[in-house]
Amino acid sequence: MSVNTLSIDGKMVTGTTGETVFDVAWNNGVRIPRLCHVGGVSDVGACRLCLVEVEGQSRLVASCRTAVQEGMVVRTDTPRLQAHRRLIVELLFAERNHVCAVCVQNGNCELQDLAASLGVDHVRLRYRYPKLPVDTSHERFGIDHNRCVLCTRCIRVCDEVEGAHTWDLRGRGTHALLIADFGDPWGQSESCTSCGKCVQVCPTGALFTKGKSVAEMQKDRRFLKYIVTAREKHEWIR
Amino acid sequence: MDPLTTGGSRPRLATVWLGGCSGCHMSFLDMDERLLDLAARVEIGATPLTDYKSFAPVDVTLVEGAVANEEHLEQIRHVRRNTRVLIAFGDCAVTGNVTALRNLFAVDDVLDRAYRQTSAVVVGMPGGDGIVPRLLDRVRPLHELVKVDYHLQGCPPSADAIFELLTALLDGRLADLRGERRFG
Repeated sequence: MSVNTLSIDGKMVTGTTGETVFDVAWNNGVRIPRLCHVGGVSDVGACRLCLVEVEGQSRLVASCRTAVQEGMVVRTDTPRLQAHRRLIVELLFAERNHVCAVCVQNGNCELQDLAASLGVDHVRLRYRYPKLPVDTSHERFGIDHNRCVLCTRCIRVCDEVEGAHTWDLRGRGTHALLIADFGDPWGQSESCTSCGKCVQVCPTGALFTKGKSVAEMQKDRRFLKYIVTAREKHEWIR
Repeated sequence: MDPLTTGGSRPRLATVWLGGCSGCHMSFLDMDERLLDLAARVEIGATPLTDYKSFAPVDVTLVEGAVANEEHLEQIRHVRRNTRVLIAFGDCAVTGNVTALRNLFAVDDVLDRAYRQTSAVVVGMPGGDGIVPRLLDRVRPLHELVKVDYHLQGCPPSADAIFELLTALLDGRLADLRGERRFG
């Protein structure tokens, strides 16, 4: 594997061929904001929060889907990027019904944290208030589509780590909806193993453990690193 | 930011309660002994804490709650015309929050549910006699209707955040609300 030297926010860093700008940035203490990325599963560039500027390119690129190249000059926190990120978070809040005060994930939510860290103190867009279902047919878990940001973390962890591929997306744009199997109630899914990995990787209160009330839901993703390390390095260590 | 001094007299502070649960006002009271510091620096204008009936011009107004009915709409416009610095006070004022959950349904269905279908109904649907203000079709956050100078998030905002924002305004400095500015 060849080593590439590049500049991220003026800092000279190195990354091996095939590594993403996002990973190299984080490995070097440059914390690019993200919502759909979760370590241990593939990246899809769904949330666009990790957009960066690359010198010589007019288009912004999703750093989680951009491989490092020798001599690259990357900027991750310009006023233009900050403005785009704020707008992305505002769009997410306006698109569905995120009512933090009465959400199971209040206080432990990645969307809430992002809004705070990006300085989103109000949403300039008109809220849409779509009517979305809550499916509590599963014995242990529930899904509240009002809180879903369509990051697809659950789909990827179910497919790539659990190997069940219960989850998928139906529809496009604002009509997109997370579905189990062919759109069945979650509790009737034949492929779901009830492992709960999807719940643990969900960044918001969309996927939750039943019985949790406001602000009681906390996610634990340590299992992912354990499984991925075991798989890749054959080391069963925590 | 210019300090809020109006011709040598103390700045006037008002608070308003629109479509909210009054929790933000409770948090205001949670400033506890700091209320004395604040009272020494401002003149108190209209506020539900003193059971106000009319709203005279002030320098700063904290507005709790979303705009949910015709009376709120009239009030927020009047308050905006008579306030130098308007603060959206808490999540209902900033986002609509719980007050705006009814936006998922048509107003008639909401009223039907509250005044016809529930078992506790005694007097039935409020009539058009003007005693109870009519609900607007949609609950709206303040900034959709009037210019808002500061958004103070939280359900409710903490007493620390309220005190910091108000004293910063009085001092003529930028408020340090790190860790305090979040929804929920």
